[in-house]
Amino acid sequence: MKGEKFINPSRIPSIWCPGCGNGIILHSVLTAVEELNYSKEDIIFVSGIGCSSRSSTYTVFDNIHTLHGRAIPIATAVKLVRPEKKVIVMTGDGDSLAIGGNHIIHAARRNIDLTVIIFNNSIYGMTGGQFSPLTPSGKRATTSQFGNIENQFDAMKLLKGAGATYLARIGTYFFTQMTKYIKTALQHDGFGVVEAITQCPVYYGRLNKMATPSDMLLWQKDNLVFKDRISQEKQEGMDEKLLIGEFANENTPSYLQKRKALLERI
Amino acid sequence: MNKTVDIIQGAEACAKGAIKAGLSFFAGYPITPSTEIAEMLSVLLTKEKKVFMQMEDEIASIVSIVGASLAGAKAMTATSGPGFSLMQEGIGYACMTEAPIVICNVMRGGPSTGDPTKGSQGDVMQARWGTHGDHAMIVLCPDSVEEMYYQTINAFNLAEKYRNPVILLTDETITHMREKVTIDFDQPVTLVERKRPVITTDKPYLPYGTFDDEVSIIGNLGDGYGTSITGMTHKEDGFQSPIPKIGEPLIKRLSRKIEKHADELFEIEQINPTAKTLIITYGATSRTAKSIIHHGRDDIGLIRLKTLFPLSDETLIQATKNADRIIVAEMNLGQIYLETKRALACTSKPIELLSKVGGALITPNEMLQYIEGVK
Repeated sequence: MKGEKFINPSRIPSIWCPGCGNGIILHSVLTAVEELNYSKEDIIFVSGIGCSSRSSTYTVFDNIHTLHGRAIPIATAVKLVRPEKKVIVMTGDGDSLAIGGNHIIHAARRNIDLTVIIFNNSIYGMTGGQFSPLTPSGKRATTSQFGNIENQFDAMKLLKGAGATYLARIGTYFFTQMTKYIKTALQHDGFGVVEAITQCPVYYGRLNKMATPSDMLLWQKDNLVFKDRISQEKQEGMDEKLLIGEFANENTPSYLQKRKALLERI
Repeated sequence: MNKTVDIIQGAEACAKGAIKAGLSFFAGYPITPSTEIAEMLSVLLTKEKKVFMQMEDEIASIVSIVGASLAGAKAMTATSGPGFSLMQEGIGYACMTEAPIVICNVMRGGPSTGDPTKGSQGDVMQARWGTHGDHAMIVLCPDSVEEMYYQTINAFNLAEKYRNPVILLTDETITHMREKVTIDFDQPVTLVERKRPVITTDKPYLPYGTFDDEVSIIGNLGDGYGTSITGMTHKEDGFQSPIPKIGEPLIKRLSRKIEKHADELFEIEQINPTAKTLIITYGATSRTAKSIIHHGRDDIGLIRLKTLFPLSDETLIQATKNADRIIVAEMNLGQIYLETKRALACTSKPIELLSKVGGALITPNEMLQYIEGVK
């Protein structure tokens, strides 16, 4: 299997529940790394805290499982000390957009050369299913038993506004496309984010009438729409969260490029 | 030797000491009264093509220096009260992952926003115990601009040697003060570097399973050892484990690797060691005591704590053996006073507290009047 050589077998099985989509995302990232012919020494994996963030610990790369919300500033430092490495951040929707929300917008503003994979399962899985900033309005969680009355972030709009230069959203149902976006992000100079919508049947699906993994994947099939395949008019009438595709791919100077120019100038 | 006589600020001494020690990564967030350290390092580091980062907050600052350190850099931050509070989680992460880092905390009035522009010694126990869970901490406390230079270098060396955070606990007075120093900035200093793992084919690489005097020998991230790091309780290979028989020896080792060296780490300066009346103090407050002694009161002794933690009870017991009256003077409500009482409990000596809070230094007159019992 592609990417399998980067898995550390002594750390398997994972802690992920049966039916969880996190393994699909990790597989997609490792496939992208293999298809781009990176060696294990080329990569440093950085993760935060939560279900998504355990992914880094299952690999043979130099990896660092950090604090809740803090993967991105740690990755920023690692990249600055090791600019020749590809630094990949594995994070979740709560990790990156609630407790780590301040860090991700500033990393986007700096356009720091990192690849960030946001595992969006719409819930805090590790702690048993509380609503997150990406839990859709109206949905149930253990802390919104009567329906979530908070609004959700649109990570693509938020990060575009903050200055990220590569942005894509995709779901685990679309594995091939996910791998393609991750490869583009890995080759991008600057701050690149792939939001990967994933299924959590145990803590999100069961409370929201999608109790099996297949229910949740079929929901993705029916509800995630490639933005390039529908007209602008129709997009405006749609819930933005359901749009998938590339939301930014800009070639503006990255932090490391600007730093290099600065060091040459002084 | 070509010693330079100059007048510099405490913050500048700290910045120059850090550069001398090999600092290659600084991250910080503006806060009074530590900002001058960041300002100076932003110039010095950039000129040396090293990294200066102004982060979005103190949380990002502390965790980024941990990341930089684990990737091989000598890394530091500087902050004050409210920023130091925000950094506590990251300091614990550095303890658990055994990341060598230096944190300069310039104490100002607290709690909360307190008084940013005035001195205090209110963060002593926070420096020791601010982060959650059992852990060890090395806390150094300079009392002059010149010592700030050397203690900063020492902080980096101890961080590298013990793979632990080292807190340079200074205060607004010492950091903002400009005074005469006699330092040859070009003179080489002894620098300690962390050990690198030696990989052999017959046994697997274990970042938390190979030790030099109980200090883990961890490969830097990016060196390709396959280093795996977590803030969770972990096994020798760096992978998390919930098993108590793995957690207990780990937590005990992390404390023991520092605490067992308390006698050598705990440094004091002593003046008039045979005096019956003895002042124990540190940082800016020790300058008040020195002022009294230097103005004709050789009947008063001084123990100045250059290291606050780890504290060696034995050193303190020996150094106080001639005294029959011990006064702990500090700009807080008795943080080192209680620690001194604990350390000297077996001697049954009376110990008094001369305390002042609110931002003003203890003046020589106030100290003298306290000693003489003048109300």
